Amino acid sequence: MAVTEVRISIHPAGLNPKDIAEKIKEQFPDQVIEVAEFRDQVSVIVKRDQIVPILKYLHDDPLLSFDHLQDLTAVDYLNKKDIRFEVVYNLYSIKYRHKIRIRVQVPDNDPKINSVVPIWAGANWHERECFDMFGIVFTRHPDLRRILMPEDWEGHPLRKDYPLKGPAPENEWPGFVEVLNRSKELKEFEWEG
Amino acid sequence: MIRKEAEKIFETRELNVNMGPQHPATHGVLRLVLDIDGETIVKVTPYVGYLHRGIEKLGESLSYFQALPLTDRMDYVSAMSNNIGYCVAVEKLFGIEAPERAKFIRTIVGEMSRIANHLLWLATHALDIGAMTVFLYCFREREWILDLYEMICGARLTVTYPRVGGVRNDVPQEFLDSLWKFTEEFPSRILEYETLIDQNRIWLLRTKGIGVISAEEAVSWGMTGPTLRGSGVPYDIRKHMPYDAYDKVEFEVPIGTEGDTYDRYRCRMLEMRQSNKIIRQCIEKLPTGPVMADEPKFTLQPKDMMMPITHPTKEMAYFIDEKKCKGCGMCLRACPAKAIFGEKKKPHKIDQALCLQCATCFVTCKFKAMKIIPGGKGLSDEKLAELAAAPVPEEITKAAEYLVRQFEFVKKGPRAPEGELYVATEVPKGELGFYFVSDGSGKPYRMRLRAPSFIHAGCLPRLCIGHLVADVIAAIGTIDIVLGECDR
Repeated sequence: MAVTEVRISIHPAGLNPKDIAEKIKEQFPDQVIEVAEFRDQVSVIVKRDQIVPILKYLHDDPLLSFDHLQDLTAVDYLNKKDIRFEVVYNLYSIKYRHKIRIRVQVPDNDPKINSVVPIWAGANWHERECFDMFGIVFTRHPDLRRILMPEDWEGHPLRKDYPLKGPAPENEWPGFVEVLNRSKELKEFEWEG
Repeated sequence: MIRKEAEKIFETRELNVNMGPQHPATHGVLRLVLDIDGETIVKVTPYVGYLHRGIEKLGESLSYFQALPLTDRMDYVSAMSNNIGYCVAVEKLFGIEAPERAKFIRTIVGEMSRIANHLLWLATHALDIGAMTVFLYCFREREWILDLYEMICGARLTVTYPRVGGVRNDVPQEFLDSLWKFTEEFPSRILEYETLIDQNRIWLLRTKGIGVISAEEAVSWGMTGPTLRGSGVPYDIRKHMPYDAYDKVEFEVPIGTEGDTYDRYRCRMLEMRQSNKIIRQCIEKLPTGPVMADEPKFTLQPKDMMMPITHPTKEMAYFIDEKKCKGCGMCLRACPAKAIFGEKKKPHKIDQALCLQCATCFVTCKFKAMKIIPGGKGLSDEKLAELAAAPVPEEITKAAEYLVRQFEFVKKGPRAPEGELYVATEVPKGELGFYFVSDGSGKPYRMRLRAPSFIHAGCLPRLCIGHLVADVIAAIGTIDIVLGECDR
C-alpha cells in the first residue's frame, strides 16, 4: 500500500519570529519600516519596491524556507492611516514550523504592486481576489481578471467607501413601483382559499 | 477535388465546451470552460463566484459574536469545523480560553464533522466516477452522525453549536453512549466501502495516475489538508499548531507517496479511522466541569437570573424619575415603540399605552432615571409616581444588572484589543484561516477567510491538463471542494 500513516510529533516552532524579522532587517536595511507584534505573531511592514526580492529571499533561504503561502490579502485603512492599502502575506515554513507576516503599504493614487505568482503558484487566485475586492493591480500577473464578482461589476466591494447595502429596489429599478401599485390594485381578486 | 473534400471531412479543430454551472458533478455551481482536442484537455478556465454572498463584508458590519452563524454557511457539509475555526480565532483575539470539557467536546464534534465530510466526499466522488452503491452505504453512516448532531443542538446542517468561549450546552449521556456505539461499529463499515471499491479494477483505472501533483508543486499551489498529504507532505495543523484538545490525544497522520487521485482517496479513508480513534480517546478522557468560559463579558447571561424582569407574568411598568432625568433624549431615540416623548433638556415621559416593556430605555439611560415598577402595567401616571417613591426590591436590582450586561453583549459586543492575527485550523478540506484586523471596537475592522476550497479550485487547471474529459470529474472530486466555501 502506497499510503502510510506517520507520526508527526508536536514540537515547538522553529525560529523565533522576532529573529526572522531581524534577519529581514539585516538583509534589506532600508526596506523595513516597522516591526509589530500582537499575541506572539510578528508582522514586518516593508516598502513595496523590493517586495518580490524580499519574499524570494524568505522562500529560497535554506534556513528560513517559507514554502507555504498561507494567505494573501489586503486591508483598506481609509482615513486611518496615511497610506491607504496594505497587502498582507502570511507565510509559514512546513519544514521548520515558523511563521511571519509581511505587510506592504500601497498608496491610494497608484495601487500597484508586483505579483508573487512566480514564487508561489497558489498566489494566482489570491491576487485576482485582491484585485476584485480592493482594486489593487498586481503587475506581471498572468491573468488578472475579476474572480468572485461578475466581470462587468463596477467598484471594489471590500473598500471601506463601498456601501454595505445596495440601493432600495425602487431606486434600482423604476418598474418596481409600478408592479407594487398594480399588485395593490388587483388585491381584491386575490384568491383566499 | 476529392482530396479537398476529404480534407474538409477529416478536418480537426479544438472544441470549446462549457461544463457547468449546473452540473451534478461539480459539487455546486462551478463553471469550467474546457478547450478540448478530441478528448484531451488543452486548457481549463474555472469560473467561480456564483455563490458569492460577501461574508467578509458582512463580517465587518457585525460584532464578533453575531458573525458566528455566517461561518456555517461557508462549508455547509462540515459546518461544525467551520464554527470551531472561527471560535478558536476569536478566542485567541480576545485572549480568553475555553474550559477543558468544552475543548474535548469541540474536538469530538470536529472529528465527527470530519467523518461526515469524508463520507459525503466518498459518496459523491464514487458516484461521479460510476460506483453507485457506495453512495447509499455512506449516507447510512452520515445520517447517524447527523442524528447525533440533532441530539446535542437540534440542528443537522447549520449547527452553530460551538460558541466563542466554549460550546452552547453540555452533551447528554445518551449522546455519548450512542457515539461510543458508533465508533465501535464504524471501522467495520469503512471495510464495507473498501470492499466495494478498493480493489475494483474500474476504480483503479479511473484513479491511479490521474491528477498527479508532486510534493513541491502541491506546496507551491497552496494545497492543504488531505489533498496535500496525498502528495506526501506531512502538514497537518492539528499537529503543527495544536488547538483545542489535539495535543492531548494520540493519532497518526496518513500521507501518500504518488500524489494521484488514488493516494488522496486512501489518505481520506485512513483519516476517517484516525478520527474514529480520536473520538474514542476524547470520550474516555472527557473531563467534568463547565462548558462555557466564566467570562460574563463574553457570554449570554443566564436566562433565569433575568426572569424577575423579563418574565411575561410580571407585568412591569417603566417610569421616568423627573428629578433625575436630564432630558438628553437618549431613551427617546432608542425606544423601538416611540412611546417616549418630551422636549430637550426637560424631563421626558412614557406613554404607557404604547410601551412594550422591552427595557431598552432602562439600559440606555445613563443617569439612572428609569425605574422599574413590578405589577405597574396599566396604572395611571399618578399612581405610578406614587409607587416609584417606594424602594426597589432587591431581586429587581440584581436582575437589572444582568439585563444591562446582556444588552451590552448583544447590542454592542465586547471590545477587542487593537491588533491583528491569523489563526488557522484544520477543517476536513484543508486549512481554514481567519485573519482579523481589530481597531479596538466591537466589530472586526477586516475579517478575512482563507477558504481551502478556493485555493483548491484554482489548482484545477494544473490537475486536468493532458487528461481526458472524464478525468475532469475525478479531479473535481479529488480536491474536495464545496462552492459555498469557495465563493464565501
